[in-house]
Amino acid sequence: MHPVLTLVAQRFALGLLLLFAASALIFAGTMILPGDVAQSILGQSATPEALENLRRELGLNEPPLQRYFSWLFNAMQGDLGTALTNGRDIADSLSTRLGNTLFLAFWAAVVSVPLAIFLGLLAVRYKDRWPDKLISAVTLASISIPEFLIGYVLMYFVSVRLGWFPSVAMVNSSMSLFERLNAIALPIAVLTLVVLAHMMRMTRAAILNVMQSAYIETAELKGLSSFKVIYRHALPNAIAPIVNVVMLNMAYLVVGVVVVEVVFVYPGMGQYLVDHVSKRDVPVVQACGLIFAAVYICLNMIADIVSILANPRLRHPK
Amino acid sequence: MKNIPLSALVGLFFTGAYFLMAIFAPLIAPYGVGEVVGDVWEPMSSTYLLGTDNIGRDLLSRMIYGGRTTIFIATAGTVLSFVIGSILGFFAAVVGGWMDQVLSRFVDLIMSIPTLIFALVVLSVTPVTIPVLIVVMGLLDSTRVYRLARAVAVDISVMDYVEAARLRGEKTAWIIFREILPNALSPLVAEMGLRFIFMVLFVSTLSFLGLGVQPPEADWGGIVKENKEGIVYGIPAALIPAFAIATLAISVNLVADWVLNRTTSLKGGRG
Amino acid sequence: MSDPMLKVRDLKIGATIYPPGEKPRDIEIVHGVSFDLERGKVLGLIGESGAGKSTIGLASMAYGRGGVELTGGEVWVNGRDILKSRPGDIRALRGAEVTYVSQSAAASFNPAKKIMEQVIEAAVEQKKFSRRDAEERARVLFAKLGLPDPENIGDRYPHQVSGGQLQRCMTALALCPQPDLVVFDEPTTALDVTTQIDVLMAIKEAIKDTGVAALYITHDLAVVAQVSDDIMVLRMGEMVEYGPVDQIINAPQEDYTKALVSVRSIDHEEKAPTSEPVLKVEGISARYAGLAHDVLSNVSVELHPGQTLAVVGESGSGKSTLARVITGLLPQRSGQITFAGRALSPDLAGRSREDLRELQMIYQMADTAMNPRQTVGTIIGRPLEFYFGMKGAEKQKRIIELLDEIELGEKFIDRYPAELSGGQKQRVCIARALAAKPKLIICDEVTSALDPLVADGILKLLLNLQKVEDVAYLFITHDLATVRAISDTIAVMYQGNVQRYGSKTDVLSPPFDDYTDLLLSSVPHMRLGWLEEVVVNRKMQSGGN
Repeated sequence: MHPVLTLVAQRFALGLLLLFAASALIFAGTMILPGDVAQSILGQSATPEALENLRRELGLNEPPLQRYFSWLFNAMQGDLGTALTNGRDIADSLSTRLGNTLFLAFWAAVVSVPLAIFLGLLAVRYKDRWPDKLISAVTLASISIPEFLIGYVLMYFVSVRLGWFPSVAMVNSSMSLFERLNAIALPIAVLTLVVLAHMMRMTRAAILNVMQSAYIETAELKGLSSFKVIYRHALPNAIAPIVNVVMLNMAYLVVGVVVVEVVFVYPGMGQYLVDHVSKRDVPVVQACGLIFAAVYICLNMIADIVSILANPRLRHPK
Repeated sequence: MKNIPLSALVGLFFTGAYFLMAIFAPLIAPYGVGEVVGDVWEPMSSTYLLGTDNIGRDLLSRMIYGGRTTIFIATAGTVLSFVIGSILGFFAAVVGGWMDQVLSRFVDLIMSIPTLIFALVVLSVTPVTIPVLIVVMGLLDSTRVYRLARAVAVDISVMDYVEAARLRGEKTAWIIFREILPNALSPLVAEMGLRFIFMVLFVSTLSFLGLGVQPPEADWGGIVKENKEGIVYGIPAALIPAFAIATLAISVNLVADWVLNRTTSLKGGRG
Repeated sequence: MSDPMLKVRDLKIGATIYPPGEKPRDIEIVHGVSFDLERGKVLGLIGESGAGKSTIGLASMAYGRGGVELTGGEVWVNGRDILKSRPGDIRALRGAEVTYVSQSAAASFNPAKKIMEQVIEAAVEQKKFSRRDAEERARVLFAKLGLPDPENIGDRYPHQVSGGQLQRCMTALALCPQPDLVVFDEPTTALDVTTQIDVLMAIKEAIKDTGVAALYITHDLAVVAQVSDDIMVLRMGEMVEYGPVDQIINAPQEDYTKALVSVRSIDHEEKAPTSEPVLKVEGISARYAGLAHDVLSNVSVELHPGQTLAVVGESGSGKSTLARVITGLLPQRSGQITFAGRALSPDLAGRSREDLRELQMIYQMADTAMNPRQTVGTIIGRPLEFYFGMKGAEKQKRIIELLDEIELGEKFIDRYPAELSGGQKQRVCIARALAAKPKLIICDEVTSALDPLVADGILKLLLNLQKVEDVAYLFITHDLATVRAISDTIAVMYQGNVQRYGSKTDVLSPPFDDYTDLLLSSVPHMRLGWLEEVVVNRKMQSGGN
């Protein structure tokens, strides 16, 4: 087998292993307390009957290892169990919400990725001049600002004061694509601002790293125009790090989505998760945690696989 | 103390101001933290400098007390995460072998789950109190400190001067404290600033989601949550704590950036 | 008579430096240099680091590397002043009229593109040849430069060929567009000595065959003497001496040039072995964890008190591994080391403090061998404290004695390593080793990172200290001139074996085995015509190039 395929297969297997271990960790995370989970869910004032009911419902009377494997096995077949709070099937409630979350994340990515790469290139082009300094100052600031501040500032000024977009991002299945996009315009803007700084900074660093290589000097000393230097010599080597940057930030975006959904009351998975954490609905929290972790691990895995595929030393071994 | 750039001075000034405010909160705050003194969402006035909140408490007083809680939790979390992360990181780097492997792979695993999500999972079964928050945040964040501390220590421990100390017959403790630590300190201090910011944002986010500091206790994220309904009616009360979080974070960031730059210029001393 | 191909007049070059914690400031690094280069001639630019030689070379392409600015003077190429040319004209000049060969071909080739693509790029781009003709020309050049399989080597990626081969590909890249001038910037410095000679010969013949003019930049006068017609000696951005190669080598006028010519001519009387060796290495084999073969196999050497054993070999010969085994950092798999009459434990942990004290080490990179957060006083004082329990005034007095011994003096006691020059740093490392009053010091390439004159100073110091302190040196080096300067006994290492071992006179006198012959003959001599003689006379071809 080609050595690159071996490496990719290895990385893929590692991803699966990680996912498996992460599921165990999430399951263990809900049993982190030495005491009784049922007690801590219902509080000190709970009656013994209620406690016993909850224990039965959660299967707490069975050994933990057995519980974990039956949970994992069911989850792999698409059965995420039922919610404690309303007795509904979790997989059913999740499917539309997961769709909504991915819809939001997708459009945020569509806006932020090209923008970040463009600004990153701009910062490199004007390195150490004012556009670069401005960009890095804004970056520094935006890393320090909580997502909900950006959310409320936009909501306050753009939506409430100017009345341009709705302040609450309600979507339902009867809306057209345009109506949906109009509804989520502000959340997209917030998510874009949240990931833009990181993505831009990392893109800038990745390109600068390539531009400082000796082979770029060689290309310049061949009398090539700056366009050709970048197009022929910098780009082929910069693509892998940039794709890597994008993937890592997509993973970051998946987490940013949680807060933004709460701010704009968007019916996605993040809000679903937060609601059920405060209601201490453990099966729902476990299911959501597993899905978030799976997306996160997959994106990181794709980032690694892209860098393996893009490495000429691995693609053309000696 | 000469040659401090303006940005770092500004950062130092505001960071200091926020910390002083947190320490002397009871002396500065005009009203009590839970004291209802006026109408709902009164505008800014000479009596209520920042106006009142969603049930008529003085917003300035709540901001001052809230800052105290936020800064306390973030500081305690940072200290915890640093103590655990750097001790384990140095230990792994110096001892090496299977110990290092086990620790590093475990940290990899924890970091494969987004921090916020993992915190939410744990907080769904634990009672949400301030000590629990500090422990959960500190432990989760210590993975990042571990990685940095280990990487820095590994970089230094392959230096010839560490090898020279080993060949001289120095004890492991001497190597860690006299050869490695002095050279690892600056990057770690800079990282400490960044970790502190992360803690402030983290606890604020949790409180904002209703899963952090619980009422009647005040903290900045919680104040945003209490007053967020006002935004839709054009009342900016929720923006004030959010703004405070941002300025604190930016100030610390400016200081950390300066420390980091100073470190790199020391390292690459050839100009 | 027509104008010279390259005419440089009063060239001034500046740069902005950013000292930590201070305001950036402008400095001048080349202060008005002038020279002419005729068509088909080779001018050698020689000087130590910081002399500004690379900067001058790149100025002939109107290029300033990393913030360097061409601030004044004139650079005439083919009759026009390129410092006054428009950017478009400069681009048309680069890669067409003037081309460049860098020190590190490995970094200068784009890892993502095939070699052929990069070699012909300038020629095609500058419309000097059609793609097909350029490829044909490249193959001819590959063959001329002695590359294996010249028809197909262009289809490989840079990482698929060796360092020496890539350096020749870089030369082909520079010659392919049929330029009028090639700038060679230390093209052989990064190569092993036996590889260097082949690349040097290839470059020399290629220059002769194509009739191109060349600027040949190097710090090694012996190398430049083989390829140049004229030589310009530079020091700190100023011209020291400029003349025909014969005059510079055989009748230098300036003191600095004389010093450069006579460098590496230190010699010392070989001492006879005494009765009992201080270090006895018997049948050592060693390998690194995870490797399936031995890096050292069955190595045996001896070293007598107050004498020097030079272990010489190229990269990969196992000479540094031998040092690691003796210091206990890499326990041997088999064999025995006896030190000062005692059997040494293979493992560092099993050695007594006395073993550690009497066996000291000096490193190649003095930069990383000293803790940047400790002062010179602390660095030298620690062994005194650690081994002899010295404190206060007694320690202070001894530190100052040691500083005097290494010719630095008391004023250095409170300085930090970053405030010292390369040679001073290495001296402090020597003092730290001496502080332990050792019987043996292992010197691992201690002069390789230094400029020749500074390296000479260090060697002289080491020889003097040996007389005074009666310490033995195990001297690891790749440089035969250093070996000649310092050794009493020599071990030539090749692929993990001791190839040749004996007293200096024996090892350096014929008859030679093939490898020693190759190694000895590859060391450039400060003599015209040496290169041609060697290539004709040697017995063995160098391997890994």
